[in-house]
Amino acid sequence: MTPLAFSAFSVVTALGAGQAATLAALREGRSGLAPCRFDTLPIAAYTGEAEGLENHPLTGAWAGFDCRNNRLAALALHQDGFLDAVAAAKARHAPARIGLFLGTSTSGILETEIAYRHRDPQTGALPEGFDYARTHNTYALGRFVREYLGLAGPAFVVSTACAATSKVFASAARMIGAGICDAAIVGGADTLCGTTLFGFHALGVMAEGPCRPFDAARSGISIGEGAGFVLLERQRPEHGAETVLLLGTGESSDAYHMSSPHPEGEGARAAMLQALAAAGLQPGDIDYINLHGTATLVGDAAEDKAIANLFGNAVPCNSSKGFTGHTLGASGVVGAAFGALAIRHGFIPGSPHTREVDPGFASDYLLEGREARVDRVLCNAFGFGGVNCSLVLGRAA
Amino acid sequence: MRVYLEGIGLFGPGLEGWEASRGILAGDAPYTPTQAPLPAATLLPANERRRAPKIVRIALATGAEALTAAGRDPALVPAVFTSSGGDGDTIHEIMSTLASPVRELSPTRFHNSVHNAAAGYWSIATGSRAASTSLCCHDGSFAAGLLEAAVQAIAGGKAVMLVAYDVPYPSPLAEARPIGPAFGVAMALSPTPSPASFARLELELTTDQPLSQNTEPALEALRRTTPAARSLPLLAVLAGNGTTAVTLEYLPDLALSVSTTPEEGA
Repeated sequence: MTPLAFSAFSVVTALGAGQAATLAALREGRSGLAPCRFDTLPIAAYTGEAEGLENHPLTGAWAGFDCRNNRLAALALHQDGFLDAVAAAKARHAPARIGLFLGTSTSGILETEIAYRHRDPQTGALPEGFDYARTHNTYALGRFVREYLGLAGPAFVVSTACAATSKVFASAARMIGAGICDAAIVGGADTLCGTTLFGFHALGVMAEGPCRPFDAARSGISIGEGAGFVLLERQRPEHGAETVLLLGTGESSDAYHMSSPHPEGEGARAAMLQALAAAGLQPGDIDYINLHGTATLVGDAAEDKAIANLFGNAVPCNSSKGFTGHTLGASGVVGAAFGALAIRHGFIPGSPHTREVDPGFASDYLLEGREARVDRVLCNAFGFGGVNCSLVLGRAA
Repeated sequence: MRVYLEGIGLFGPGLEGWEASRGILAGDAPYTPTQAPLPAATLLPANERRRAPKIVRIALATGAEALTAAGRDPALVPAVFTSSGGDGDTIHEIMSTLASPVRELSPTRFHNSVHNAAAGYWSIATGSRAASTSLCCHDGSFAAGLLEAAVQAIAGGKAVMLVAYDVPYPSPLAEARPIGPAFGVAMALSPTPSPASFARLELELTTDQPLSQNTEPALEALRRTTPAARSLPLLAVLAGNGTTAVTLEYLPDLALSVSTTPEEGA
């Protein structure tokens, strides 16, 4: 595919708001996970909560969109000069020529959970003021961001569980390639809610204590929340040598199980191979792999097999989940942002909470971060329904 | 942007399959919107057929109908699924459980709650390891899906399946988000003419065309109330109602125009 430039990108997770706070935590090896205070859970789970969402409601013209998920999206839009970059892009391309392709898994469903706790005792009706279209609906995130940024181009929200904000890069690349738009804003947000906290507990894949990706003693995920946005445009001379590029995308399905990956990681392998092929690269060209690595027993084992099969132990890799928790639908763009930071700042992060890598694993999993020149990164995101997506990022020069 | 239509799958009130519905959609036969029994999801193992969520049964049945007409192996065709609300029954059950004193969710219900549940069941049932995506654009979900499917077919240089479906929420969500009768439509779209292709579609985003409506009042009511049924004006054209172009609802300030030309098949 024709490379696309990251003209701007922003990220918010439990590590903080914006690239600088994120990079500092990654360099210090400081995890954002803490005992869950969002809700009372049956086990002593940890979560990666984004700070301050309770105190920053959307108000005025945006009050109808107010919900935890849109608040986090707004916070991410205000980081890293993203709004200014969008304003400049609107001047270059016209708002109708900028696509908006976002991802989320649960959008603002937390509002509906709250509404169901306040049903009318007589009629069962949801409370007045519950705004389905601007909070609960999967597209609510897209509608909010499209109006907030004043865009007028094509838009939709992808909701493919934990691969959602990875697949939006592929959609954007196709749309720009087909001439439907000249630039695209991709990314999205996912936030804590009872549906995912109790759902993952019900599946028996939520860890007591912080998650430990790729650890021999891993016992499941810690759920986090995150948001991130990337402005994708064709490369221009003004994009400097340090500009991060989207070089390739790969997508596949497992055809195996609704909530468990193919045990040999075949779908993951197919997605990685496609992404490499789209980028015109070989496995040996990759300097760092940002794994999906959610710390489930079967998920990490399957991904390790797929990585070892393609890369042996020649490429350093880590999972960010020990830093941020599993940000579910946001994990794709969070992983891409971490990959972009690795390229820009020459730093490969380690893996807080992971003490001893599973001795059965064959990939080169990093426990400690290290300084290293990083030219090309592979980012993985996999989800329920057996959906897999891999991205290859690089640098302009 | 040009794609070739190779097959259609259809399920809705009084609309049981594409061939059986063509006369109604063309205006040649009367429309009686009787509630149709959910289609048998014959792709699923027998023990899963009954308990599969409604949207899964509708998506699998319409998808299979479209690809059979296209003569395509479902295992090899990338898929675009699109829906405004996904599986409303599952969401209602989860919301009710979370509001109850004992907040224990069913693991199956949880994995069925994801917006891409139909895509997952489709991949498992057909053995397809091809890419799939699952979209939402509220009332414009059909047009968003058609746009994405056409772009994917052109970008990938091969046929893509589009499946759009919506089912009503149970109360109390039904009052907050009224959705009409369950409806599903699937299309097999190819970037090039093929022996099965019977119509050429030209797609274009537009800001100044009024949205097309269905002449038949009950079909128009269905179009207005079920997001996936926003496809009905296009289906009426394809059934041969005598017109050749429609404008479909997408976003408040952007619509999708589709003009059609009959194809003999290559």
